Amino acid sequence: MNAQQTRRLWLAVAVVAGVGAGVGLMLYAFQQNLLYFYTPSQVAEGTIAPHAAFRLGGLVVEGSVAQGEDSLAVSFALTDHAHTLPVRYRGLLPDLFREGQGIVALGSLDASGVFVAQEVLAKHDENYMPPEVAKALGEAKSRPLGIAW
Amino acid sequence: MIPALGHVALILACVLAGLQTILPAVGAARNDPILMRSALSLALGHALLVLLAYAALTWAFVAHDFSVRYVAGNSNLDLPLAYRISGVWGAHEGSLLLWALVLAGWTVAVVALSRQLPMRFRARVVATLGFVSLGFLAFMLATSNPFDRLVPPALQGSDLNPLLQDPGLVIHPPMLYMGYVGFSVAFAFAIAALWSGDLHAAWARWTRPWVVAAWMFLTLGIGLGSWWAYHELGWGGWWFWDPVENASFMPWLAGTALIHSLAVTEKRNAFKRWTVLLSLLAFSLSLLGTFLVRSGVLVSVHAFANDPARGVFILAFLALVSGGGLTLYALRAHRIRSAGHFELLSRETLLLFNNVLLLIATFAILLGTLYPLIVDVLGLPSMSVGPPYFNTVFVPLMLLVLLFAAAGPVARWKKVRSRELLRRLQVPGMLALALGLALPLALFDRAPAVTMAAVALAVWCVAGVWTALWRQFSRMRRGTDALYSLRRLPRHMIGMACAHSGLGIVALGIALTSAFSTERELVMEPGDTVAFAAHQFEFHGVRQVEGPNYVAEQGRLTVMQDGQVVAELRPEKRVYRVQTAPMTEAAIHSTPWRDAYAALGSRQADGDRWGVRLYVKPFIQWLWGGALLMAFGGLLALSDRRYRMRRSARRP
Repeated sequence: MNAQQTRRLWLAVAVVAGVGAGVGLMLYAFQQNLLYFYTPSQVAEGTIAPHAAFRLGGLVVEGSVAQGEDSLAVSFALTDHAHTLPVRYRGLLPDLFREGQGIVALGSLDASGVFVAQEVLAKHDENYMPPEVAKALGEAKSRPLGIAW
Repeated sequence: MIPALGHVALILACVLAGLQTILPAVGAARNDPILMRSALSLALGHALLVLLAYAALTWAFVAHDFSVRYVAGNSNLDLPLAYRISGVWGAHEGSLLLWALVLAGWTVAVVALSRQLPMRFRARVVATLGFVSLGFLAFMLATSNPFDRLVPPALQGSDLNPLLQDPGLVIHPPMLYMGYVGFSVAFAFAIAALWSGDLHAAWARWTRPWVVAAWMFLTLGIGLGSWWAYHELGWGGWWFWDPVENASFMPWLAGTALIHSLAVTEKRNAFKRWTVLLSLLAFSLSLLGTFLVRSGVLVSVHAFANDPARGVFILAFLALVSGGGLTLYALRAHRIRSAGHFELLSRETLLLFNNVLLLIATFAILLGTLYPLIVDVLGLPSMSVGPPYFNTVFVPLMLLVLLFAAAGPVARWKKVRSRELLRRLQVPGMLALALGLALPLALFDRAPAVTMAAVALAVWCVAGVWTALWRQFSRMRRGTDALYSLRRLPRHMIGMACAHSGLGIVALGIALTSAFSTERELVMEPGDTVAFAAHQFEFHGVRQVEGPNYVAEQGRLTVMQDGQVVAELRPEKRVYRVQTAPMTEAAIHSTPWRDAYAALGSRQADGDRWGVRLYVKPFIQWLWGGALLMAFGGLLALSDRRYRMRRSARRP
């Protein structure tokens, strides 16, 4: 091998090693951060370990929202019409959160089987149904968001 | 009447786009000068017709012509004029028309500013751009005609989405599209070169200003989008790794890589094939972004399947354009040979690393954005990829980019000795170490290691590029006076210095605001005070106010520092009259050092008490300041003497 080829080889090795490391990092991070989506019925099957993060979708049960005394603690129930799951959340709820509305919550189950949400999402469109909730409810009601910007 | 005129103009524009694709291409194949020349007038005529259609739609908005379905769906008699004009691009159909208008604008710019290029090359460039435009115009006419009529006409429109009624909407989409679509020029230049099978020696020099211009607009567009999300959504976030954001960020990363590899191709005649491939890639990612945003596929694969016409059309077009480009590349790339040789340690190698890092970042984002869609299509259990994934991958990659961003400008082309490189980087290195440790600790008296590293690398990036500029200046200064040589510094170098500094400033802003932002969510009643992060917020209650097309409950808070009132914030909770969804309008007081941010939550059951969300976000304005500086750097590079001389030399 002449000097030119050696240089090329080293460069190629460096680039391949770099890309390899980058892709490795990427896939590792990917595996660690996949969030599954479950409905109350799937949770009711009892296969989800406590404290494992996932996204839960369903409709807010009418009359289930209870605000805590003098604090931002709130509890409500989510349903997919087959099963219902109690949810606890601390913080301000999004503008469009209301009873009967389809929402998605991010969080995990506690030891007693209550879903503790860290984040509650209800999109900025009153007719909008989170697609997964719509699917879970067997409704083809979802429509484009219209907020592409 | 006028909407009908717009519709006709759109149809004619589509026909002309078809001719603009075929005639110049045939002319180039036959070497027929008349057919090749037709490219120029066809491009101009096509642009005028698209402009006419666009003007007609704007008129329909301004004049409240609710016989146009699109206007009825996105406007209202009470909608203020500014939002009626910008409402044109507020939804699907109109934004496509804006896309076509921007593309026509770029085409005319290419025609006007490329007179010194060989006629055959120009004809092929215009033909390629014509084909892209043909695709979009046909798509509009077939599936998303903005001039569809409503019979009988609506008496009142159902209003523009309240979320879009914001000054951000007026400027963000046009800037973003200028960037997205601008990469079509580099794409067309690459196609034209591959088509002839011969990469002209000056190809990179021709392409460069177009890429820089597109990149500049895209930088502004993304920056504006982030700023808009920050102050409009009421969550204090400036980047959510939302698929729509990712759609614009991927072409930006690829375009940034392209700018750097073009530099190597122009200066050193190396990386040629790679540069051509990147040109194809950058625009393909723009098209992919358009597909993601416009096909409805993001909302749900099922929505996409229910109304497949739109999605399938864009997908087929995407496959045709990108696939066609890549096939042409596969057939012709072997004819392109790079010449410049370089050593293992050289500016070329450093720029190669920059490219590799940027492309890994691009594909990481691509994976995270597309994976949930693929899973959904395959019918696997539904899942999503959250911001933690993107942050885990993106942050280390960008730290490495910063590391190389300082070394690249000070390294010589072809070969640099490591000792020489290290000596040149001494000052930036010392500055980085000192400020990286001192700045976070001095300002916030505790700091995570990653923040210190990020601050240090941000400083390093800025100091590195100014070191390079200083070296250039000292070289030129020998024998002449300082002011003269300062004026003679090449603009593209000052532009690079600004762009790299902008990057460093963005990184600094991100590092500090991510580490040291504080927030409080609480219930407040009038007279309550809360203190955190050296600020006191006092809540004075909420009153009703009326806007042009909404009513709002407006809270009033005073912000105090050291007992002095520094700002009054009036966050609102708006209910628009037509689309009655409540909207949070945050109130922000900005200084270069921190933002004080307040958003209203909901009224508590007992009436007088409100949920309030408060943030103190240090250095967050640096993000957008840095983005602005990056774009300004692009502008400086565009004004470089090299491009101006060619222009003035053309005039007899």
